[in-house]
Amino acid sequence: MNRLGELERAIMDVLWESETQLTVRQVGSRLTDRDLAHTTVMTVLDRLAKKGFARRERDGRAWLYRAAASREAYVTELMLHALDQTGDRSAALASFARRVSGTEALVLRRALETGGDPARS
Amino acid sequence: MLPPVLVLASVAIGLVPAATGLAAARWPQRSPAAAIVLWQAMGLGWGLAAIGTLAALGTDRGGSGWGVAGDALTVLARAVHDLVGEAAPPGLLAALRLLCLAASAALLALLCWVLMAASTAVLRDRRRHRALLSLLAHGDPKVPGALVVDHPAAAAYCVPGLRSRIVISAGALNLLDQAELAAVLAHERAHARERHDLVLLPFTALCRAFPWSGPAQRAHAAVALLIEMLADDHALRHRPARELVTALIRVGAASPAGAPAGALAMAGGRTGDSGVCARVERLLAPAPGLSLPALALVSGAAAALVVVPVALLLLPV
Repeated sequence: MNRLGELERAIMDVLWESETQLTVRQVGSRLTDRDLAHTTVMTVLDRLAKKGFARRERDGRAWLYRAAASREAYVTELMLHALDQTGDRSAALASFARRVSGTEALVLRRALETGGDPARS
Repeated sequence: MLPPVLVLASVAIGLVPAATGLAAARWPQRSPAAAIVLWQAMGLGWGLAAIGTLAALGTDRGGSGWGVAGDALTVLARAVHDLVGEAAPPGLLAALRLLCLAASAALLALLCWVLMAASTAVLRDRRRHRALLSLLAHGDPKVPGALVVDHPAAAAYCVPGLRSRIVISAGALNLLDQAELAAVLAHERAHARERHDLVLLPFTALCRAFPWSGPAQRAHAAVALLIEMLADDHALRHRPARELVTALIRVGAASPAGAPAGALAMAGGRTGDSGVCARVERLLAPAPGLSLPALALVSGAAAALVVVPVALLLLPV
């Protein structure tokens, strides 16, 4: 992953872990293991806001940032899309296996055990 | 020689039952790649023939000498000339011809537009998906080269693109053993390497253009299943069939049932048929690929379906 992607990820982690809205300086101070310039943090937060992953509102002269949705919500969105459960059949992804019903799974397992043809078992 | 309009109309009309027949046929499973080529040719051939039929209906055969497309342009030029020259209003026959030409142009525009719209929608979906992955997914030594998303549901998929990504959910990672994971990765790498998504895209577009059309839906479902079988075949070159089969059953059976029935039925094509059964059956009892003469016949048919309409549309008579 490139440096910018990695920074976005680290900053989103900070926003997700925080219970309150954060200023740019607060976000920077929580990334203690990195030596980031104030403007770098500001640029990345600005990018995240433009992509819709962060929300911001003005508080006096500073911007206050928070995550637009929880990490869990985004993971759920990814999985719904991956499992093609949005129903739009966008063909955007190629899934390994679609859902089989309980009965089908039973028939298939039995076929596997006998090594035969599931249609005839 | 038969008039072009008859040839084009028979191709356009004949392809509709042919699509239903091919969707139900068993031989495509024996040589998925050849069948996919035929499906592409049928899709393209149908579009060209349908546009060409309408255009040919709109032209009288005293044409330009440059195929149906040339004739159509001649008729249009004459109509514009008459309009500008304030000639007598066109008779009923001439008006009907212009209507057919307009319908032909409209169909061409519709097909081009839905293809572009479908491509744009797919690219937008993937961009969002990639952006989320870059924020959320991480690597795992159990699946080298793939991304892992921490979610208990079982899912394995490929996000195709210039830099394709293969994604495994934590649920699938826990569910499958090392050998099964290798089979899944081999399957998904085939999708990523050969860009199977591009093969499916025209049929997604066709379904959008004609959402009420049974043949279009069946064609989409058939091609979707064929690219899975093609990827299964690639995986078989590196891994034994048994690993792939157990992985298919485990992932298929573990996928959550949370979606409304309608969405699932749409995703799987016909209700109660996920395609997984057909793939497992094929892996457990493999049939030999098509013979060389049969492959030649399929390729010849595919070539004719595209060449004949193009020749009638563009070549001098």
